Amino acid sequence: MSTQKEELEIAEGGVDYDALEDRLGDTAIDRESHVNAEGFVVRPDEVQDALFALRDDAGFDHLSLVTAQEYEDRYESIYHLKKFDDPTQEVSVVVPTTKDDPVSQSAEPVYRTADWHEREAYDLVGIDYDDHPDLRRILLPETWKGHPLGKDYDQNKPQVVSFKQHANPLKQDHKDAESDTMFVNIGPHHPATHGVLHLETTLDGETVADVEPDIGYLHRCEEQMAQQGTYRHQIMPYPDRWDYSSAGLLNEWAYARAAEDLADLDVPEYAQVIRTMGAELCRIAGHMLAVGTFALDVYGDFTAIFMYAMRDREKVQAVLEDLTGQRMMFNYFRLGGVAWDLPEPREEFFGKTRDFLDDLPEALEEYHDLLTGNEIFQSRCIDTGILEPEVAKQYSATGPVARGSGIDYDLRRDDPYGYYDELDWDVITEDGCDNYSRVLVRMQEVEQSAKVIEQCVDLLEDWPEEERDIQSNVPRTLKPDPDTEIYRSVEAAKGELGIYIRSDGTDEPARFKIRSPCFHNLSVLPEMANGEYIADMIASLGSLDIILGEVDR
Amino acid sequence: MSSDNPRESIVGSKAPQNKTRESRMGEGVDNRFNSRLREAFGSTPFILTKFDKFMNWVRGSSMFMLQFGIACCSIEMMHTYAVKHDLDRFGSGVPRASPRQADVMIVPGTIVSKFAPRMKRVYDQMPEPKFVVGMGSCTVSGGPFQEGYNVIKGAEEVIPVDIHVPGCPPRPEALVYGVAKLQERVANGESAPVTVKPYELERFADLDQDEIVDELAKEIDEETLVMRYNWTDSP
Repeated sequence: MSTQKEELEIAEGGVDYDALEDRLGDTAIDRESHVNAEGFVVRPDEVQDALFALRDDAGFDHLSLVTAQEYEDRYESIYHLKKFDDPTQEVSVVVPTTKDDPVSQSAEPVYRTADWHEREAYDLVGIDYDDHPDLRRILLPETWKGHPLGKDYDQNKPQVVSFKQHANPLKQDHKDAESDTMFVNIGPHHPATHGVLHLETTLDGETVADVEPDIGYLHRCEEQMAQQGTYRHQIMPYPDRWDYSSAGLLNEWAYARAAEDLADLDVPEYAQVIRTMGAELCRIAGHMLAVGTFALDVYGDFTAIFMYAMRDREKVQAVLEDLTGQRMMFNYFRLGGVAWDLPEPREEFFGKTRDFLDDLPEALEEYHDLLTGNEIFQSRCIDTGILEPEVAKQYSATGPVARGSGIDYDLRRDDPYGYYDELDWDVITEDGCDNYSRVLVRMQEVEQSAKVIEQCVDLLEDWPEEERDIQSNVPRTLKPDPDTEIYRSVEAAKGELGIYIRSDGTDEPARFKIRSPCFHNLSVLPEMANGEYIADMIASLGSLDIILGEVDR
Repeated sequence: MSSDNPRESIVGSKAPQNKTRESRMGEGVDNRFNSRLREAFGSTPFILTKFDKFMNWVRGSSMFMLQFGIACCSIEMMHTYAVKHDLDRFGSGVPRASPRQADVMIVPGTIVSKFAPRMKRVYDQMPEPKFVVGMGSCTVSGGPFQEGYNVIKGAEEVIPVDIHVPGCPPRPEALVYGVAKLQERVANGESAPVTVKPYELERFADLDQDEIVDELAKEIDEETLVMRYNWTDSP
């Protein structure tokens, strides 16, 4: 057994799918080919067996996404698995269920993160998961009727949504000798929740006994919108609105990468350099917002750091506006390239970008003086909100949250795309596992992004004029072959942002599923906050840097 | 300039103002109580205006905004409050975290079915007189998400809106213009008519009986407040 395990784990130069099939034995009843990986078809009552085997014997420790969808004749859940050590090694587990009895075994005992994913699949598509700890709606209101991404959903049917006021917790609890806890609603309208998030918190004195994030207050049907748009032009505006912290280009890249690999399109090298530069500018803007609002959470006022962060964001946004024409919703990437070349006069644009980069070290010094070097800040953040790496992996946390727990995982390096593998930069990790580490990771990533941008500007400045191709040849109407399936992800500001697309031969995707990093990062909050002070929970929530548009999609 | 003493332009004004100042404020009054505005009124210590007009001017000149972030627009709204655009220059840059202290609600983003009842409640909690600025296309019509199964087609379906600022998202300059327009309207005593019949929060027992209400009767208590969405009636 152990030799077989080693064989499966090493698998240099790609996954040995035949060996995996042997290991799964009778559990795998069929095998499908997706563009990104092979998929093993598993009976709905053997899901856990298959996933345990893949996790424990083959090292697939990262459940990246669960996609649920409805076909004409069946429901299907797809578990997209990866390895934290090497995300290019992927495998999918495909679980079909019948129309009459859509019950499938839950993957929650294998991967904790499947909890929220399966609730979403139940909510939007209508698949039941057996053995799930708490299967109820997650994005839509509890009183909703029907499953909107199912085939027979009638969108015009009226809906009734209840406004349940929670009973006064003092009435029950404080007069009852048995109980000494208190229930507090934080949000959905609350300055510390970074948007419309609702935390159902149970307090024992000042300590958090239990916290449960209640999401869906910004569920604006992003997947439905993408499924109604054509590949070529109509989908690209929407990614900007997932993670709206001016990180739009990073999101556009997630869609561009998936669709380009699906339709087999090339991107000219010059466009890749522009994309890389734009994406890193967006990352700086996103991290600045994260640091500024985190300071707002910890110090609780619109004071210096927040204003400084806004000042620096204004500078980034000015550069991005010159490049793309918009401050926030860029819509700049096109399949096979970008919308237009750098603005003329080019020297002015390069000068402006360089000015911004030159001022950045001084600005970061300021942040370090005011923030990370501040004693009050340190006592609020060091050793609070501990997230152990093993827990982070169980919840598939990625991005700065995972890297703040010492998980060396960055898709820009591990699954290279764009121009990143030609450039000189480092992946930042910190071992503190606390709120402080996550802030440090973000601030150092800003430095690394600046390094990447500088190299891109150098490259673009010297690029010969006759080779400035911004767009490859792309058919006017894209119609990928029917039943092609792909799952591709990129490193967005908050972590691994993935897109699953299934084509049905038309010019619109049959299923478009978004893997949102914030969704996973938010799901670890109870692990970080339970048993801690309520003030530390607010700091932890801030350090997770969630954007509700991306959590709820 | 030292802050110990008032500016030269205020205290250093020359006769004939000095003479009128003394006559209207009396001798020996501290220089700091003089001001440009006071100078403008001249020798008379009285102004004559309608009380309502004065109140409206006051209302428009000092607005407390509700600190209220929903979606993408809230990022641009933060930029409007912060350095560079600095909404406070127009007497309306103090975000209050509690609706009980706020006069103006900027609705910055898409409203979905789960959030609309909460937003209605937050609006109800604001003291009168209260005003609403709808920021972004989503609050005008649902914007890019209008066809979504879960999206309210505009803020006006839930609460009355005084000023619509279109854009996706509007630039901070546009929001500043919208707020300035609102101040102008308030100062003139104008308010916007409600153009659509809004969705209301009502007792579940008060809903008209139909298929969906029967179905939900087991789940929802009669006294619970609910909001019913008739999607086909949306504009």
